[in-house]
Amino acid sequence: MNFSAIRTIYTFEMARAFRTLLQSIVSPVVSTSLYFVVFGGAIGSRIQEVDGVDYGSFIVPGLIMLSLLTQSIANASFGIYFPKFVGTIYEILSAPVSYVEIVVAYVGAAATKSILLGLIILATASLFVPLRIEHPFVMVLFLVLTAVTFSLFGFIIGIWADGFEKLQLIPLLVVTPLTFLGGSFYSISMLPPLWHTVSYFNPVVYLVSGFRWSFFGKSDVGVAASLAMTLVFLAVCLVLVAWIFRTGYKLKR
Amino acid sequence: MQPILSVRDLSKTYANGFQALKRVSLDVRKGEILALLGPNGAGKTTLISIVCGIVNATGGSVSVDGHDIVRDYRRARSLIGLVPQELTTDAFETVRATVNFSRGLFGKPKDPAFIETVLKDLSLWDKKDEKIITLSGGMKRRLMIAKALAHEPQLLFLDEPTAGVDVDLRRDMWALVRRLRESGVTIILTTHYIEEAEEMADRVGVINRGELMLVEEKAALMRQFGRKELTLELQTPLVELPAALSRYPLELRDGGRELVFSYDARGERTGITALLTALNEEGIRFRDLRTEQTSLEDIFVSLVRQK
Repeated sequence: MNFSAIRTIYTFEMARAFRTLLQSIVSPVVSTSLYFVVFGGAIGSRIQEVDGVDYGSFIVPGLIMLSLLTQSIANASFGIYFPKFVGTIYEILSAPVSYVEIVVAYVGAAATKSILLGLIILATASLFVPLRIEHPFVMVLFLVLTAVTFSLFGFIIGIWADGFEKLQLIPLLVVTPLTFLGGSFYSISMLPPLWHTVSYFNPVVYLVSGFRWSFFGKSDVGVAASLAMTLVFLAVCLVLVAWIFRTGYKLKR
Repeated sequence: MQPILSVRDLSKTYANGFQALKRVSLDVRKGEILALLGPNGAGKTTLISIVCGIVNATGGSVSVDGHDIVRDYRRARSLIGLVPQELTTDAFETVRATVNFSRGLFGKPKDPAFIETVLKDLSLWDKKDEKIITLSGGMKRRLMIAKALAHEPQLLFLDEPTAGVDVDLRRDMWALVRRLRESGVTIILTTHYIEEAEEMADRVGVINRGELMLVEEKAALMRQFGRKELTLELQTPLVELPAALSRYPLELRDGGRELVFSYDARGERTGITALLTALNEEGIRFRDLRTEQTSLEDIFVSLVRQK
Protein backbone atom coordinates (compact mmCIF):
# COMPACT_ATOMS: atom_id res chain seq x y z
CA MET A 1 0.00 0.00 0.00
CA ASN A 2 1.21 3.47 -0.87
CA PHE A 3 0.00 5.07 2.38
CA SER A 4 1.96 8.20 1.63
CA ALA A 5 -0.13 8.74 -1.50
CA ILE A 6 -3.39 8.17 0.38
CA ARG A 7 -2.33 10.67 3.03
CA THR A 8 -1.22 13.14 0.35
CA ILE A 9 -4.50 13.10 -1.56
CA TYR A 10 -6.55 13.04 1.65
CA THR A 11 -4.71 16.04 3.07
CA PHE A 12 -5.03 17.89 -0.23
CA GLU A 13 -8.79 17.33 -0.30
CA MET A 14 -9.21 18.34 3.32
CA ALA A 15 -7.15 21.49 2.75
CA ARG A 16 -9.47 22.35 -0.11
CA ALA A 17 -12.42 22.25 2.30
CA PHE A 18 -10.67 24.46 4.83
CA ARG A 19 -9.77 26.96 2.14
CA THR A 20 -13.46 27.28 1.40
CA LEU A 21 -14.48 27.21 5.03
CA LEU A 22 -17.38 29.56 4.53
CA GLN A 23 -18.93 27.39 1.87
CA SER A 24 -18.09 24.07 3.53
CA ILE A 25 -19.08 24.73 7.11
CA VAL A 26 -20.82 28.05 7.61
CA SER A 27 -23.40 27.78 4.86
CA PRO A 28 -24.84 24.41 6.03
CA VAL A 29 -25.07 25.78 9.58
CA VAL A 30 -26.97 28.80 8.31
CA SER A 31 -29.32 26.73 6.16
CA THR A 32 -29.97 24.28 9.00
CA SER A 33 -30.83 27.16 11.28
CA LEU A 34 -33.25 28.39 8.65
CA TYR A 35 -34.93 24.99 8.49
CA PHE A 36 -35.43 25.15 12.24
CA VAL A 37 -36.86 28.62 12.09
CA VAL A 38 -39.28 27.66 9.30
CA PHE A 39 -40.15 24.03 10.01
CA GLY A 40 -39.40 23.88 13.70
CA GLY A 41 -40.61 27.32 14.76
CA ALA A 42 -43.22 28.62 12.33
CA ILE A 43 -44.82 25.43 11.02
CA GLY A 44 -43.77 22.99 13.72
CA SER A 45 -45.59 24.91 16.42
CA ARG A 46 -48.87 23.99 14.71
CA ILE A 47 -47.98 20.33 14.29
CA GLN A 48 -48.56 17.94 17.09
CA GLU A 49 -45.97 15.47 18.21
CA VAL A 50 -44.98 12.78 15.71
CA ASP A 51 -44.62 9.30 17.21
CA GLY A 52 -44.49 10.95 20.59
CA VAL A 53 -41.59 13.17 19.63
CA ASP A 54 -41.77 16.95 19.51
CA TYR A 55 -41.84 17.97 15.81
CA GLY A 56 -38.80 20.22 16.10
CA SER A 57 -36.74 17.34 17.47
CA PHE A 58 -38.34 14.86 15.07
CA ILE A 59 -36.91 16.55 11.98
CA VAL A 60 -33.32 16.68 13.31
CA PRO A 61 -32.21 13.21 12.08
CA GLY A 62 -33.86 13.86 8.70
CA LEU A 63 -32.15 17.22 8.37
CA ILE A 64 -28.77 15.72 9.16
CA MET A 65 -29.36 12.97 6.61
CA LEU A 66 -30.45 15.53 4.04
CA SER A 67 -27.17 17.42 4.41
CA LEU A 68 -25.12 14.25 4.73
CA LEU A 69 -26.43 12.85 1.45
CA THR A 70 -26.18 16.02 -0.57
CA GLN A 71 -22.81 17.10 0.83
CA SER A 72 -21.24 13.64 0.50
CA ILE A 73 -22.22 13.55 -3.14
CA ALA A 74 -21.21 17.16 -3.77
CA ASN A 75 -17.84 16.81 -2.04
CA ALA A 76 -16.83 13.55 -3.65
CA SER A 77 -18.12 14.29 -7.13
CA PHE A 78 -16.43 17.69 -7.24
CA GLY A 79 -13.24 16.29 -5.70
CA ILE A 80 -12.64 13.90 -8.57
CA TYR A 81 -14.40 15.86 -11.32
CA PHE A 82 -12.31 18.98 -10.88
CA PRO A 83 -8.89 17.35 -11.54
CA LYS A 84 -10.46 15.75 -14.59
CA PHE A 85 -11.78 19.12 -15.71
CA VAL A 86 -8.54 21.09 -15.28
CA GLY A 87 -6.34 18.16 -16.30
CA THR A 88 -4.36 17.67 -13.09
CA ILE A 89 -5.70 14.11 -12.99
CA TYR A 90 -2.67 13.17 -15.12
CA GLU A 91 -0.57 13.24 -12.00
CA ILE A 92 -2.78 10.83 -10.09
CA LEU A 93 -3.02 8.46 -13.04
CA SER A 94 0.73 8.42 -13.65
CA ALA A 95 1.66 7.97 -9.99
CA PRO A 96 2.40 4.56 -8.48
CA VAL A 97 -1.00 4.55 -6.83
CA SER A 98 -3.54 1.74 -6.96
CA TYR A 99 -7.22 2.29 -7.62
CA VAL A 100 -8.07 1.23 -4.10
CA GLU A 101 -5.73 3.90 -2.76
CA ILE A 102 -7.27 6.58 -4.98
CA VAL A 103 -10.79 5.67 -3.86
CA VAL A 104 -9.85 5.41 -0.17
CA ALA A 105 -8.24 8.86 -0.31
CA TYR A 106 -10.95 10.73 -2.23
CA VAL A 107 -13.93 8.99 -0.68
CA GLY A 108 -12.33 9.08 2.76
CA ALA A 109 -11.83 12.83 2.55
CA ALA A 110 -15.35 13.47 1.24
CA ALA A 111 -16.87 11.24 3.94
CA THR A 112 -14.81 12.90 6.66
CA LYS A 113 -16.05 16.30 5.59
CA SER A 114 -19.69 15.30 5.56
CA ILE A 115 -19.42 13.50 8.91
CA LEU A 116 -17.93 16.65 10.41
CA LEU A 117 -20.75 18.56 8.82
CA GLY A 118 -23.35 16.16 10.26
CA LEU A 119 -21.89 16.66 13.72
CA ILE A 120 -21.91 20.43 13.30
CA ILE A 121 -25.56 20.33 12.28
CA LEU A 122 -26.32 18.12 15.25
CA ALA A 123 -24.62 20.63 17.55
CA THR A 124 -26.50 23.51 15.90
CA ALA A 125 -29.79 21.66 16.26
CA SER A 126 -29.20 21.05 19.94
CA LEU A 127 -29.24 24.81 20.40
CA PHE A 128 -32.81 24.97 19.05
CA VAL A 129 -34.51 21.83 20.30
CA PRO A 130 -34.07 19.30 23.11
CA LEU A 131 -32.31 16.21 21.78
CA ARG A 132 -31.67 12.76 23.09
CA ILE A 133 -29.75 10.01 21.38
CA GLU A 134 -30.85 6.60 22.56
CA HIS A 135 -28.42 4.52 20.55
CA PRO A 136 -25.28 6.60 19.99
CA PHE A 137 -23.28 3.74 18.47
CA VAL A 138 -25.97 2.97 15.91
CA MET A 139 -26.20 6.69 15.25
CA VAL A 140 -22.48 6.88 14.48
CA LEU A 141 -22.68 3.68 12.43
CA PHE A 142 -25.43 5.14 10.21
CA LEU A 143 -23.60 8.44 9.99
CA VAL A 144 -20.39 6.80 8.80
CA LEU A 145 -22.01 4.23 6.53
CA THR A 146 -24.19 6.82 4.84
CA ALA A 147 -21.32 9.27 4.43
CA VAL A 148 -19.08 6.61 2.89
CA THR A 149 -21.79 5.16 0.66
CA PHE A 150 -22.89 8.48 -0.75
CA SER A 151 -19.34 9.74 -1.10
CA LEU A 152 -18.70 6.64 -3.23
CA PHE A 153 -21.84 7.43 -5.18
CA GLY A 154 -20.63 11.02 -5.63
CA PHE A 155 -17.22 9.75 -6.74
CA ILE A 156 -18.94 7.69 -9.43
CA ILE A 157 -20.97 10.71 -10.57
CA GLY A 158 -17.78 12.79 -10.68
CA ILE A 159 -16.11 10.27 -12.95
CA TRP A 160 -19.17 9.82 -15.13
CA ALA A 161 -19.81 13.56 -15.55
CA ASP A 162 -18.11 15.24 -18.48
CA GLY A 163 -19.58 18.67 -17.85
CA PHE A 164 -20.81 20.75 -14.95
CA GLU A 165 -24.39 20.11 -15.97
CA LYS A 166 -24.05 16.35 -15.61
CA LEU A 167 -22.34 16.91 -12.28
CA GLN A 168 -25.52 18.60 -11.00
CA LEU A 169 -28.00 16.44 -12.85
CA ILE A 170 -28.29 13.42 -10.58
CA PRO A 171 -28.04 15.34 -7.29
CA LEU A 172 -30.75 17.77 -8.44
CA LEU A 173 -33.11 15.48 -10.29
CA VAL A 174 -32.76 12.26 -8.31
CA VAL A 175 -31.19 12.75 -4.92
CA THR A 176 -32.95 15.92 -3.78
CA PRO A 177 -36.47 14.63 -4.60
CA LEU A 178 -35.74 11.28 -3.00
CA THR A 179 -34.46 13.00 0.10
CA PHE A 180 -37.44 15.31 0.40
CA LEU A 181 -39.81 12.41 -0.17
CA GLY A 182 -37.75 10.21 2.13
CA GLY A 183 -39.48 11.22 5.32
CA SER A 184 -36.98 13.84 6.43
CA PHE A 185 -39.75 16.14 7.59
CA TYR A 186 -42.51 13.64 8.29
CA SER A 187 -43.20 10.05 9.19
CA ILE A 188 -44.24 8.07 6.13
CA SER A 189 -47.10 6.69 8.20
CA MET A 190 -48.61 10.18 7.85
CA LEU A 191 -48.97 9.59 4.07
CA PRO A 192 -52.05 8.15 2.30
CA PRO A 193 -51.76 4.33 1.88
CA LEU A 194 -50.68 4.45 -1.79
CA TRP A 195 -47.80 6.87 -1.16
CA HIS A 196 -46.94 5.02 1.99
CA THR A 197 -46.35 1.91 -0.16
CA VAL A 198 -44.47 3.85 -2.83
CA SER A 199 -42.17 5.21 -0.13
CA TYR A 200 -40.81 1.74 0.52
CA PHE A 201 -39.11 1.92 -2.89
CA ASN A 202 -37.25 5.04 -1.87
CA PRO A 203 -33.87 4.04 -0.43
CA VAL A 204 -33.58 7.30 1.49
CA VAL A 205 -36.60 6.30 3.61
CA TYR A 206 -34.50 3.47 5.05
CA LEU A 207 -31.57 5.75 5.84
CA VAL A 208 -33.67 8.42 7.53
CA SER A 209 -35.75 5.85 9.36
CA GLY A 210 -32.76 3.94 10.70
CA PHE A 211 -31.01 7.13 11.67
CA ARG A 212 -34.11 8.42 13.44
CA TRP A 213 -34.42 5.15 15.31
CA SER A 214 -30.95 5.68 16.76
CA PHE A 215 -32.21 8.96 18.22
CA PHE A 216 -35.72 8.19 19.43
CA GLY A 217 -36.01 4.39 19.31
CA LYS A 218 -38.92 4.70 16.87
CA SER A 219 -38.90 4.21 13.12
CA ASP A 220 -41.01 3.73 10.01
CA VAL A 221 -39.17 0.60 8.94
CA GLY A 222 -37.13 -1.87 10.97
CA VAL A 223 -33.56 -0.99 11.82
CA ALA A 224 -32.30 -4.25 10.35
CA ALA A 225 -34.01 -3.42 7.05
CA SER A 226 -32.48 0.07 7.14
CA LEU A 227 -29.02 -1.29 7.75
CA ALA A 228 -29.43 -3.95 5.06
CA MET A 229 -30.55 -1.38 2.48
CA THR A 230 -27.59 0.88 3.28
CA LEU A 231 -25.19 -2.03 2.90
CA VAL A 232 -26.79 -3.08 -0.38
CA PHE A 233 -26.35 0.41 -1.78
CA LEU A 234 -22.78 0.48 -0.51
CA ALA A 235 -22.10 -2.83 -2.25
CA VAL A 236 -23.61 -1.57 -5.52
CA CYS A 237 -21.38 1.52 -5.40
CA LEU A 238 -18.29 -0.59 -4.66
CA VAL A 239 -19.00 -2.85 -7.63
CA LEU A 240 -19.47 0.18 -9.89
CA VAL A 241 -16.22 1.77 -8.73
CA ALA A 242 -14.34 -1.50 -9.23
CA TRP A 243 -15.72 -1.71 -12.77
CA ILE A 244 -14.79 1.92 -13.51
CA PHE A 245 -11.19 1.35 -12.53
CA ARG A 246 -10.88 -2.02 -14.19
CA THR A 247 -11.99 -0.62 -17.52
CA GLY A 248 -10.56 2.86 -17.08
CA TYR A 249 -14.05 4.18 -17.92
CA LYS A 250 -13.91 7.95 -18.56
CA LEU A 251 -10.54 8.10 -16.82
CA LYS A 252 -8.22 6.52 -19.32
CA ARG A 253 -8.68 6.64 -23.02
CA MET B 1 23.15 -2.80 -20.73
CA GLN B 2 19.42 -3.15 -20.18
CA PRO B 3 17.53 -0.27 -21.77
CA ILE B 4 15.75 2.00 -19.31
CA LEU B 5 12.72 2.03 -21.57
CA SER B 6 11.73 -0.78 -23.83
CA VAL B 7 8.68 -0.45 -26.07
CA ARG B 8 7.53 -3.49 -28.07
CA ASP B 9 4.95 -3.45 -30.87
CA LEU B 10 2.93 -0.79 -29.13
CA SER B 11 -0.40 -0.03 -30.77
CA LYS B 12 -3.21 2.28 -29.85
CA THR B 13 -6.56 2.67 -31.51
CA TYR B 14 -8.83 5.22 -29.86
CA ALA B 15 -12.54 4.60 -29.36
CA ASN B 16 -13.35 6.76 -32.39
CA GLY B 17 -11.30 4.40 -34.57
CA PHE B 18 -8.28 6.67 -34.88
CA GLN B 19 -5.10 4.64 -34.99
CA ALA B 20 -2.61 6.74 -33.05
CA LEU B 21 0.20 4.19 -32.84
CA LYS B 22 1.02 1.34 -35.22
CA ARG B 23 3.26 -1.33 -33.69
CA VAL B 24 5.93 1.02 -32.44
CA SER B 25 9.10 -0.51 -31.00
CA LEU B 26 11.80 1.52 -29.32
CA ASP B 27 14.65 1.07 -26.86
CA VAL B 28 16.01 3.98 -24.88
CA ARG B 29 19.43 3.76 -23.29
CA LYS B 30 20.16 4.88 -19.77
CA GLY B 31 21.40 8.43 -19.58
CA GLU B 32 20.67 9.56 -23.10
CA ILE B 33 18.50 12.36 -24.42
CA LEU B 34 16.12 11.14 -27.07
CA ALA B 35 14.11 13.63 -29.07
CA LEU B 36 10.90 12.43 -30.65
CA LEU B 37 10.11 14.58 -33.61
CA GLY B 38 6.85 14.61 -35.42
CA PRO B 39 4.08 16.82 -36.69
CA ASN B 40 0.95 17.43 -34.61
CA GLY B 41 -1.13 14.29 -34.20
CA ALA B 42 1.77 11.99 -35.07
CA GLY B 43 1.36 9.95 -31.88
CA LYS B 44 4.09 11.43 -29.68
CA THR B 45 1.83 12.27 -26.77
CA THR B 46 -0.05 8.98 -27.07
CA LEU B 47 3.22 7.09 -26.77
CA ILE B 48 4.21 9.01 -23.66
CA SER B 49 0.75 8.74 -22.14
CA ILE B 50 0.77 4.95 -22.48
CA VAL B 51 4.19 4.65 -20.86
CA CYS B 52 3.05 6.85 -17.97
CA GLY B 53 -0.25 5.04 -17.43
CA ILE B 54 -2.65 7.73 -18.62
CA VAL B 55 -3.80 5.91 -21.74
CA ASN B 56 -4.38 2.16 -22.09
CA ALA B 57 -2.54 0.48 -24.96
CA THR B 58 -4.47 -1.59 -27.47
CA GLY B 59 -1.56 -3.94 -28.06
CA GLY B 60 2.11 -4.47 -27.33
CA SER B 61 4.10 -4.02 -24.15
CA VAL B 62 6.28 -1.48 -22.38
CA SER B 63 8.81 -1.99 -19.62
CA VAL B 64 10.72 0.59 -17.62
CA ASP B 65 14.06 -0.64 -16.31
CA GLY B 66 12.73 -4.17 -16.71
CA HIS B 67 9.41 -3.53 -14.94
CA ASP B 68 6.30 -4.07 -17.04
CA ILE B 69 4.12 -0.94 -16.92
CA VAL B 70 0.93 -2.95 -16.34
CA ARG B 71 1.93 -5.90 -14.16
CA ASP B 72 4.53 -4.00 -12.17
CA TYR B 73 3.13 -0.49 -12.53
CA ARG B 74 4.22 0.69 -9.11
CA ARG B 75 7.91 0.13 -9.71
CA ALA B 76 7.72 1.23 -13.33
CA ARG B 77 5.89 4.48 -12.55
CA SER B 78 8.03 5.41 -9.56
CA LEU B 79 10.96 5.69 -11.98
CA ILE B 80 9.12 8.04 -14.32
CA GLY B 81 8.60 11.78 -14.17
CA LEU B 82 6.16 13.36 -16.58
CA VAL B 83 5.85 16.96 -17.71
CA PRO B 84 2.76 17.05 -19.90
CA GLN B 85 2.26 19.40 -22.75
CA GLU B 86 -0.65 21.33 -21.30
CA LEU B 87 -0.11 23.71 -18.42
CA THR B 88 -2.35 21.95 -15.94
CA THR B 89 -1.93 23.02 -12.35
CA ASP B 90 -4.10 23.68 -9.38
CA ALA B 91 -4.83 27.34 -8.88
CA PHE B 92 -5.02 27.94 -5.16
CA GLU B 93 -2.26 25.72 -3.88
CA THR B 94 1.11 27.23 -3.11
CA VAL B 95 4.17 26.34 -5.15
CA ARG B 96 5.80 24.40 -2.33
CA ALA B 97 2.61 22.58 -1.38
CA THR B 98 2.01 21.35 -4.90
CA VAL B 99 5.59 20.09 -5.26
CA ASN B 100 5.32 18.31 -1.92
CA PHE B 101 2.03 16.85 -3.12
CA SER B 102 3.77 15.34 -6.15
CA ARG B 103 6.47 13.82 -4.00
CA GLY B 104 3.95 12.37 -1.55
CA LEU B 105 1.93 10.88 -4.38
CA PHE B 106 4.94 8.84 -5.39
CA GLY B 107 5.29 7.47 -1.87
CA LYS B 108 8.48 9.29 -1.04
CA PRO B 109 9.04 10.66 2.46
CA LYS B 110 9.15 14.43 2.85
CA ASP B 111 12.51 15.96 2.02
CA PRO B 112 12.43 19.76 2.40
CA ALA B 113 16.11 20.10 1.50
CA PHE B 114 15.65 18.27 -1.78
CA ILE B 115 12.53 20.24 -2.65
CA GLU B 116 14.45 23.43 -1.92
CA THR B 117 17.16 22.37 -4.37
CA VAL B 118 14.63 21.56 -7.08
CA LEU B 119 12.83 24.88 -6.64
CA LYS B 120 16.09 26.79 -6.62
CA ASP B 121 17.27 24.98 -9.76
CA LEU B 122 14.13 26.13 -11.50
CA SER B 123 14.32 29.68 -10.09
CA LEU B 124 11.08 29.16 -8.20
CA TRP B 125 12.39 29.37 -4.65
CA ASP B 126 11.34 33.02 -4.31
CA LYS B 127 7.83 32.01 -5.25
CA LYS B 128 7.57 29.04 -2.91
CA ASP B 129 4.75 30.50 -0.83
CA GLU B 130 2.87 32.09 -3.70
CA LYS B 131 -0.36 30.65 -5.00
CA ILE B 132 0.02 29.02 -8.40
CA ILE B 133 -2.63 31.27 -9.91
CA THR B 134 -0.30 34.27 -9.46
CA LEU B 135 2.52 32.72 -11.53
CA SER B 136 3.30 33.62 -15.11
CA GLY B 137 3.08 31.04 -17.89
CA GLY B 138 6.83 30.45 -17.90
CA MET B 139 6.87 29.95 -14.14
CA LYS B 140 4.00 27.47 -14.38
CA ARG B 141 5.94 25.55 -17.01
CA ARG B 142 8.93 25.40 -14.65
CA LEU B 143 6.65 24.45 -11.78
CA MET B 144 5.40 21.47 -13.76
CA ILE B 145 8.99 20.38 -14.25
CA ALA B 146 9.61 20.80 -10.52
CA LYS B 147 6.59 18.61 -9.80
CA ALA B 148 7.88 15.94 -12.17
CA LEU B 149 11.31 16.03 -10.52
CA ALA B 150 9.95 16.01 -6.97
CA HIS B 151 10.18 12.23 -6.64
CA GLU B 152 13.66 11.96 -8.16
CA PRO B 153 12.75 10.09 -11.36
CA GLN B 154 15.25 8.15 -13.47
CA LEU B 155 13.35 8.69 -16.69
CA LEU B 156 11.91 12.09 -17.48
CA PHE B 157 9.36 12.76 -20.20
CA LEU B 158 9.13 16.31 -21.44
CA ASP B 159 6.17 16.63 -23.77
CA GLU B 160 6.83 19.73 -25.85
CA PRO B 161 8.59 21.52 -23.01
CA THR B 162 9.20 24.70 -24.93
CA ALA B 163 5.91 25.10 -26.77
CA GLY B 164 4.88 28.72 -26.38
CA VAL B 165 7.96 29.57 -24.35
CA ASP B 166 10.10 32.63 -25.03
CA VAL B 167 13.69 32.39 -26.22
CA ASP B 168 15.33 33.07 -22.84
CA LEU B 169 13.26 30.50 -21.06
CA ARG B 170 13.91 28.01 -23.83
CA ARG B 171 17.65 28.41 -23.32
CA ASP B 172 17.18 27.97 -19.56
CA MET B 173 15.16 24.86 -20.19
CA TRP B 174 17.84 23.39 -22.41
CA ALA B 175 20.50 24.12 -19.81
CA LEU B 176 18.36 22.43 -17.18
CA VAL B 177 17.89 19.35 -19.34
CA ARG B 178 21.64 19.08 -19.82
CA ARG B 179 22.23 19.36 -16.07
CA LEU B 180 19.67 16.62 -15.50
CA ARG B 181 21.37 14.38 -18.00
CA GLU B 182 24.68 14.95 -16.26
CA SER B 183 23.07 13.79 -13.02
CA GLY B 184 22.18 10.53 -14.76
CA VAL B 185 18.54 11.10 -15.69
CA THR B 186 17.39 9.73 -19.03
CA ILE B 187 15.32 12.25 -20.93
CA ILE B 188 12.78 11.76 -23.65
CA LEU B 189 11.45 14.94 -25.12
CA THR B 190 8.96 15.50 -27.85
CA THR B 191 9.04 18.56 -29.93
CA HIS B 192 8.17 19.90 -33.28
CA TYR B 193 10.91 22.47 -33.05
CA ILE B 194 13.67 20.79 -34.98
CA GLU B 195 16.30 23.15 -33.62
CA GLU B 196 15.48 21.81 -30.19
CA ALA B 197 16.24 18.25 -31.22
CA GLU B 198 19.32 19.41 -33.06
CA GLU B 199 20.53 21.32 -30.04
CA MET B 200 19.77 18.80 -27.34
CA ALA B 201 19.39 15.25 -28.44
CA ASP B 202 21.84 12.38 -28.57
CA ARG B 203 19.41 10.42 -30.67
CA VAL B 204 16.46 11.48 -32.72
CA GLY B 205 13.33 9.50 -33.44
CA VAL B 206 10.96 10.62 -36.15
CA ILE B 207 7.35 9.66 -35.69
CA ASN B 208 4.64 10.28 -38.23
CA ARG B 209 1.07 9.01 -38.45
CA GLY B 210 1.62 6.56 -35.61
CA GLU B 211 4.74 5.00 -37.07
CA LEU B 212 8.26 5.36 -35.81
CA MET B 213 10.03 6.03 -39.08
CA LEU B 214 13.55 5.98 -37.72
CA VAL B 215 15.61 6.26 -34.58
CA GLU B 216 19.17 7.28 -35.18
CA GLU B 217 22.16 8.92 -33.55
CA LYS B 218 21.72 12.57 -34.31
CA ALA B 219 25.21 12.91 -35.77
CA ALA B 220 24.79 9.81 -37.94
CA LEU B 221 21.42 11.02 -39.08
CA MET B 222 22.82 14.36 -40.08
CA ARG B 223 25.66 12.64 -41.92
CA GLN B 224 23.47 10.10 -43.58
CA PHE B 225 21.07 12.63 -44.89
CA GLY B 226 23.58 15.40 -44.77
CA ARG B 227 23.62 16.96 -48.17
CA LYS B 228 25.79 20.00 -48.41
CA GLU B 229 25.28 23.04 -50.52
CA LEU B 230 27.95 25.20 -52.06
CA THR B 231 26.75 28.70 -52.79
CA LEU B 232 28.70 30.91 -55.17
CA GLU B 233 28.04 34.64 -55.27
CA LEU B 234 28.42 35.66 -58.89
CA GLN B 235 30.04 38.85 -60.05
CA THR B 236 27.57 39.22 -62.91
CA PRO B 237 24.08 37.77 -62.47
CA LEU B 238 23.13 34.96 -64.84
CA VAL B 239 19.78 34.81 -66.58
CA GLU B 240 20.03 31.11 -67.26
CA LEU B 241 22.50 28.31 -66.83
CA PRO B 242 24.93 27.75 -69.70
CA ALA B 243 24.32 24.42 -71.46
CA ALA B 244 27.83 23.25 -70.64
CA LEU B 245 26.93 23.22 -66.94
CA SER B 246 23.71 21.23 -67.32
CA ARG B 247 25.28 18.01 -66.03
CA TYR B 248 25.84 19.55 -62.59
CA PRO B 249 23.06 19.77 -60.01
CA LEU B 250 22.94 23.52 -60.06
CA GLU B 251 20.32 26.05 -59.24
CA LEU B 252 20.16 29.80 -59.68
CA ARG B 253 18.89 31.78 -56.75
CA ASP B 254 18.45 35.40 -55.69
CA GLY B 255 17.59 36.56 -59.20
CA GLY B 256 20.63 34.90 -60.79
CA ARG B 257 23.10 36.42 -58.34
CA GLU B 258 23.77 33.11 -56.60
CA LEU B 259 24.64 29.74 -58.03
CA VAL B 260 23.93 26.81 -55.69
CA PHE B 261 25.57 23.42 -56.08
CA SER B 262 24.39 20.54 -53.93
CA TYR B 263 26.60 17.56 -53.27
CA ASP B 264 27.13 14.65 -50.94
CA ALA B 265 29.81 15.62 -48.43
CA ARG B 266 30.57 11.98 -47.63
CA GLY B 267 31.14 10.97 -51.25
CA GLU B 268 34.62 10.15 -52.45
CA ARG B 269 34.31 12.81 -55.08
CA THR B 270 32.24 15.82 -54.35
CA GLY B 271 32.61 17.20 -57.87
CA ILE B 272 33.62 20.62 -56.61
CA THR B 273 36.94 20.77 -58.45
CA ALA B 274 35.33 19.75 -61.72
CA LEU B 275 32.60 22.32 -61.27
CA LEU B 276 35.02 25.13 -60.53
CA THR B 277 37.08 24.21 -63.59
CA ALA B 278 33.97 24.20 -65.74
CA LEU B 279 32.94 27.58 -64.38
CA ASN B 280 36.37 28.94 -65.17
CA GLU B 281 36.12 27.62 -68.72
CA GLU B 282 32.74 29.27 -69.11
CA GLY B 283 34.21 32.51 -67.85
CA ILE B 284 31.85 32.71 -64.91
CA ARG B 285 33.55 34.57 -62.10
CA PHE B 286 32.46 34.73 -58.50
CA ARG B 287 33.11 37.09 -55.62
CA ASP B 288 32.54 34.80 -52.69
CA LEU B 289 31.54 31.29 -51.75
CA ARG B 290 30.11 29.44 -48.76
CA THR B 291 29.00 25.91 -47.90
CA GLU B 292 26.06 24.87 -45.75
CA GLN B 293 24.98 21.57 -44.25
CA THR B 294 21.38 20.44 -44.45
CA SER B 295 19.62 20.96 -41.15
CA LEU B 296 17.65 18.35 -39.29
CA GLU B 297 14.60 20.23 -40.41
CA ASP B 298 15.30 19.50 -44.07
CA ILE B 299 15.90 15.87 -43.18
CA PHE B 300 12.70 15.73 -41.25
CA VAL B 301 10.63 17.37 -43.95
CA SER B 302 12.00 15.02 -46.58
CA LEU B 303 11.30 12.00 -44.36
CA VAL B 304 7.76 12.99 -43.61
CA ARG B 305 7.13 13.79 -47.27
CA GLN B 306 8.38 10.44 -48.47
CA LYS B 307 5.41 8.66 -46.95
